[in-house]
Amino acid sequence: MFFNVTLYIVLTIFGVGLIYKVSTWFRYNIGIVARDISTGERFAAAIKGVFSTFFSSRILTLLRVFLVDVLLQMRTLKEDGLRWIMHMLIYWGFMLLLLMHALDKFITSVLFPDYQPTINPFLTLRDLFGAMVIAGIGIAIYRRFIMKVPRLKTNSMDCYAIGIVAVIIISGICLQATKIVSYSSYQSMVEEYTTMPEEDELKALEAYWVQEMGMVSPTTKGPFNKELLEAGKEAFEMSCAECHAREQSAFLSYGLSRIIKPLALGLDSAKIPILLWYIHFLACFIGLAYLPFSKMFHIIVSPLSILANAVMDDETSDQANIATKQIMDLDACTHCGTCTTRCSVAIAFEEFQNINILPSEKLIAIKSLARGKELSPDELKLLQEGAYICTNCYRCTVACPVGINLQSIWFSVREGLLEKGYPELSVLSQLSFYRGLMQRKIVADEYREPLQEAREAISEKCELMKAKEKPINVTTASKKLRSELSLSSQASTFSVCFACETCTTVCPVVASYENPQEALGMLPHQIMNACALGVRDLAFGSNMLWDCVTCYQCQEQCPQGVAVTDVLYELKNLAIKSVKLTLATK
Amino acid sequence: MKFALFLGCNIPARVKQYESSARAVLENLGVEIFDIREFNCCGYPLRNLDFKAFVLASAKNLALAARENLNLLTLCKCCYGSLKKVDHLMRENQSLRDEINAILKKEDLKYDGGLQVKHFLTVLFHDVGIGSIAKRVTKRFDGLNIATHYGCHALRPSKIVEFDDPVKPSLFEKLVELTGAKSIDWKAKLDCCGAPLLGVNDELSMRLMQKKLKDGKESGADYLCVACPYCQLQFDSVQRMMLEKQHTNTQLPSILYPQLLGLTMGLDSTSLGLDENQLPINGIMKYFPEPEAEEKEEENEEKEDK
Repeated sequence: MFFNVTLYIVLTIFGVGLIYKVSTWFRYNIGIVARDISTGERFAAAIKGVFSTFFSSRILTLLRVFLVDVLLQMRTLKEDGLRWIMHMLIYWGFMLLLLMHALDKFITSVLFPDYQPTINPFLTLRDLFGAMVIAGIGIAIYRRFIMKVPRLKTNSMDCYAIGIVAVIIISGICLQATKIVSYSSYQSMVEEYTTMPEEDELKALEAYWVQEMGMVSPTTKGPFNKELLEAGKEAFEMSCAECHAREQSAFLSYGLSRIIKPLALGLDSAKIPILLWYIHFLACFIGLAYLPFSKMFHIIVSPLSILANAVMDDETSDQANIATKQIMDLDACTHCGTCTTRCSVAIAFEEFQNINILPSEKLIAIKSLARGKELSPDELKLLQEGAYICTNCYRCTVACPVGINLQSIWFSVREGLLEKGYPELSVLSQLSFYRGLMQRKIVADEYREPLQEAREAISEKCELMKAKEKPINVTTASKKLRSELSLSSQASTFSVCFACETCTTVCPVVASYENPQEALGMLPHQIMNACALGVRDLAFGSNMLWDCVTCYQCQEQCPQGVAVTDVLYELKNLAIKSVKLTLATK
Repeated sequence: MKFALFLGCNIPARVKQYESSARAVLENLGVEIFDIREFNCCGYPLRNLDFKAFVLASAKNLALAARENLNLLTLCKCCYGSLKKVDHLMRENQSLRDEINAILKKEDLKYDGGLQVKHFLTVLFHDVGIGSIAKRVTKRFDGLNIATHYGCHALRPSKIVEFDDPVKPSLFEKLVELTGAKSIDWKAKLDCCGAPLLGVNDELSMRLMQKKLKDGKESGADYLCVACPYCQLQFDSVQRMMLEKQHTNTQLPSILYPQLLGLTMGLDSTSLGLDENQLPINGIMKYFPEPEAEEKEEENEEKEDK
């Protein structure tokens, strides 16, 4: 009764959760993809997409991918052999336990009419599958907590996932072990399954269970004589053997039962097997009810993402379906950290200390964003910077074991964030090259705006650039700038500039404008002077800095050996750093 | 002769034909290549933002190659410039070296200098040698005019990058002339392609490129030849974008050097990725002298006879 009521409640929560989560795939939106497409249209597009795929030759692709990437998980193997072993052990161990053991009424009994959980091969297999999961969990714990992979982050959801699986399996094995040694379990079995009137026979059977099956009896203790055991064996074969294999077959729980043997009677009288039964089932129920909201949801969604990824691409697929897949992909993520390990710029996290640079963490922030959580301006700025510090090398996308098109998510979210209007200074770097290549996918105004905003944010902090008549005060601040320009030894060379203007003369950017000063502000030689004088505003505030094409002509040709380009690089660093600070505290 | 191949970010994502053609050419020349999966960004695109992030990213690559005791071979000129710069910094600047190595230590890495960073072109020119390459060339172009584009970050700052004479370089010309093509003289040869400003100031970026294209065309070039993914993307994808917007009528397609050389070595066109360029370059085949065409005609005639 208790069991059934709980089961139905759990199934209801699971079902409602599943429907709710799947509905979000069609309702939520991230970034700029298909913003104007309604939920209904997206749902219709998905149905259409699924049907047209099933009734086309692409079904063969799906079958192949299902075998190779879902069942055999070759994408994981390609990345990391140890992790593949880990996941295969957990995945297959757990799946087989689910099918053979948890759903035995519906599957195993139907396939094998003689099925009993206590006969072989089922008794052995159950422990074998359990052992596989435990070995997998062991590797997972080793990887997450002992190996210390740089920048691999472990969050509470990862711990929950490892924990719930571990509790289910370990409680199951403990339950079985305590049942092996339990005298009351033995007694109820005898009551239920034997029809032995003879006291002698019962005694012999009990002796046999104590001797051969590991049971611990309060009254019957060895050593037993041969005849008694022979009689016991006979009784066992008569009444029990048909549906109960020897306990040794359950090698894990039997092994454990040998360890707890000295405590057996105490455990039994404290009704520990019943307690373990509750723990085992409640853990399963919690796992199931919470599944749609936890990392374990990936069991259902990751295969879908892998399959969808195999037949979709950004260029040819319906934009409505791309928007839907982007949200589905967020649920498919297992936070395995492959993307972060393979990320080309993850190392920059060590310097920027912005966790959103790491793809696996960026995705978590994007999940909150998709869910409609109100992020504070500072959180949004950090996410925006994290989304921008990306070389768009596609390595995360190629490597993702569950086929998430991360690149497509980054692009969409990045543009969506830039539209919010917080100045992003990183747009003034060569990271923007990709954005330039992709500009046909961005509305022209939205494309230009972030570039203007970033320049304005910087020039706003450089008042002297605006008030050209204002006398310049060369005082204390001046020394600070000069001393800051020392990151690389080259940068301090500005001090030997004698203003011959060679740098400006050879600059291809200067040569591109009829009136360079109007377009660029300070020209290279003037910026070197501004550095020597230590006038921060003049050094930082010129378009020249951001329009420098870094061709090194100036530096190559400077007769004084001033590392002009290197100085410009460092000025850019300083300007961005100081303006970023003022933007963050605004 | 063995190198760790440094691909950088653009090539595997957007200029795959550069990788496949370079691998094919290097294999043909007997240069052994070792791939290091853990390589990351060379640091170049971070340099405007944060000096230390730039050095750190680059130094990690150097440390990874040093661990394998292999010199680096880059295909990208911007990667080349960055790695050379950071190699120099890590050798010369002790406090910076200590600071960077302290961070790299977390990944069991360390770099104290001592590696050689080379570009694809310098490996061909200095390590393989013109003579050895010439032996592998099986057919030569005839009447093909090529405008070589050197790429800023390979040439300058010359004290750091040590690529070639920064004022009068000749290495690339010699490599191009191996193929039978004529390397033309053009004023804008050493100028920038404009790629570093794409996405930052498109107008200026395209103006710089257009200036080069115009000069190349006027100097009689049939094709540009480059050996850098940024330059290639600029002259290929961005030029195409520009043509589509009709900002210019001057079309001067760009071919990657390993594609050009690979053709004369008779390497198969799939690995040279001729069809992967945005602006078609198949027309270059017509610069191979006639005999081959005659042979084909003969073959066709034979087929027809049958």
